Amino acid sequence: MEKRTVFSGKLLPFALLAPQLAVTFVFFYWPAGQAVYQSFLLQDAFGISTEFVWLDNYRQLFSDPAYYQAIMVTAVFASIVAFSALALSLLLAVQADRALTGAGIYKTLLIWPYAVAPVVAGVLWLFMFQPSLGMLAKDIRILGYDWNPYLHPGDALALVIVSATWKQISYNFLLFLAGLQSIPKSLIEAAAIDGATRSRRFWTIVFPLLSPTAFYLLTVNLVYVFFDTFGIIHAVTHGGPAGATTTLVYKVFNDGQAGGDLGSSAAQSTILMLIVIGLTAIQFRFIERKVNY
Amino acid sequence: MVENRPWGDLLSHLILIAGVLVVAFPVYVAFVASTTDITTIANGQLSLVPDRHLVENYVQVLFHGTGSSTKQPMIVPLMNSFIMAIGIAVGKIFISLLSAFAIIYFRFPFRNTAFWVIFLTLMLPVEVRIYPTYKIVSDLHMLDSYPGLIIPLIASATATLLFRQFFMTVPDELLEASKIDGAGPLKFFRDTLLPLSITPISAMFVIQFIYGWNQYLWPLLITTRDNMQTIVIGIQKILLVADALTEWQLAMATTILAMLPPVIVVVAMQRLFVRGLVETEK
Repeated sequence: MEKRTVFSGKLLPFALLAPQLAVTFVFFYWPAGQAVYQSFLLQDAFGISTEFVWLDNYRQLFSDPAYYQAIMVTAVFASIVAFSALALSLLLAVQADRALTGAGIYKTLLIWPYAVAPVVAGVLWLFMFQPSLGMLAKDIRILGYDWNPYLHPGDALALVIVSATWKQISYNFLLFLAGLQSIPKSLIEAAAIDGATRSRRFWTIVFPLLSPTAFYLLTVNLVYVFFDTFGIIHAVTHGGPAGATTTLVYKVFNDGQAGGDLGSSAAQSTILMLIVIGLTAIQFRFIERKVNY
Repeated sequence: MVENRPWGDLLSHLILIAGVLVVAFPVYVAFVASTTDITTIANGQLSLVPDRHLVENYVQVLFHGTGSSTKQPMIVPLMNSFIMAIGIAVGKIFISLLSAFAIIYFRFPFRNTAFWVIFLTLMLPVEVRIYPTYKIVSDLHMLDSYPGLIIPLIASATATLLFRQFFMTVPDELLEASKIDGAGPLKFFRDTLLPLSITPISAMFVIQFIYGWNQYLWPLLITTRDNMQTIVIGIQKILLVADALTEWQLAMATTILAMLPPVIVVVAMQRLFVRGLVETEK
């Protein structure tokens, strides 16, 4: 869609775009390019000499078991959080969409965690599951399980998963609800007249019509788990114990800071860049097509 | 309502109430903890009824800081968070309005390229370019400063897209009328376009304020001085002390303080917020 009438200036539009483009180039494209470039370099410990080493950093990365562990952790973490956050919010959105009395109040009471920083979510859940004084940790211990996220890899991952899911439900809920409300009621009524049961109506009409929303949310959730949950991990588990919560992003941060291995850190950044480019590309292809049946 | 099923309705209510409770529970526990004292928590005697140390704890956190971890009164990082969040929101809106205006209301070479350059920043979150970005900010002497906290984050594909979308829906007749009246581009922008855009601007403000307030990795990287910290980083600093020494009642008071402003913004401006979120989906 284009405007019929436009202004004729040739320089003014560039001046208007200048601030945004300047920020984009200086703080986005330049550093991204640097990351890619550095991923081909080997720097000595003092940063005095650098050598162009082609794919050595990548080769090293992919022969490092710790990197595979980070990939596994990220994959498990991302799939569990995305699946639970989507399933729970869909369940809630379907209930709220049934034109119940008080739907507006439920909506208000469910959307506010969107405003909570991931790190805050992590601290809230840590406090309840803190092994020595956490309210819920005590209950778990009474049940006979020796719960301790500071020591047990599985417990730490579970704690991070719960925090990350808790925070993401509100966003998914809102978008699912918007998606549900845009489905014409006449379709559902027609199916009801034909004798379709409630669950059949849901799985054969509502769910397919909701699939573009669900798909969009899936990619958004994956990006969220990959990148935004850094705060939870950094503050609550520090990637441990034994690397059990070291995701790809946490590893980039940690390797660059503690180890100072810039080449490896840059190679990891570049791989992450490819992942996020892939996810966003998929996301926008589907939005463009507006998957519909 | 397709059919009348009282039991189904009851079930829906129960599921929603359960959802609301699960979502609210950790915050409620944190609030109760922030009204109690250290021995109650350390002895594992935290109940679900607020205690009487509320004012004491919040005054302590805001104006004196926590004892063992940081001596920093939290009022400072709280102010920093406000400055950062508002700076980012206003900055994003300002430069994105200008960009969208240029892209929609002018024809010039590389118009599409400019759009794509902005659009593709979506694919480059801070997390994939951590250290090079740090280096640039350091080279520009912007570490430990408000511009350093704000400017690198204000490029916004989301806001540009939203405003572009909105400007498309503005009737062409308005521009034609303005031109007949002899208004130049900037006058049209200021007197016609801006007043029409109040709603999308406010919706964007709500979303971006929350985005700015909740930034974690960026302030963590570029601030080292205590008085430049944001409240979100302040929480992490409290947790850093040896676990047994964590003053949980103060940590929880800080946590509540850190979440209160963005939560208030969302609840108070719910309509704008929902609109902003749902529309940026497109």
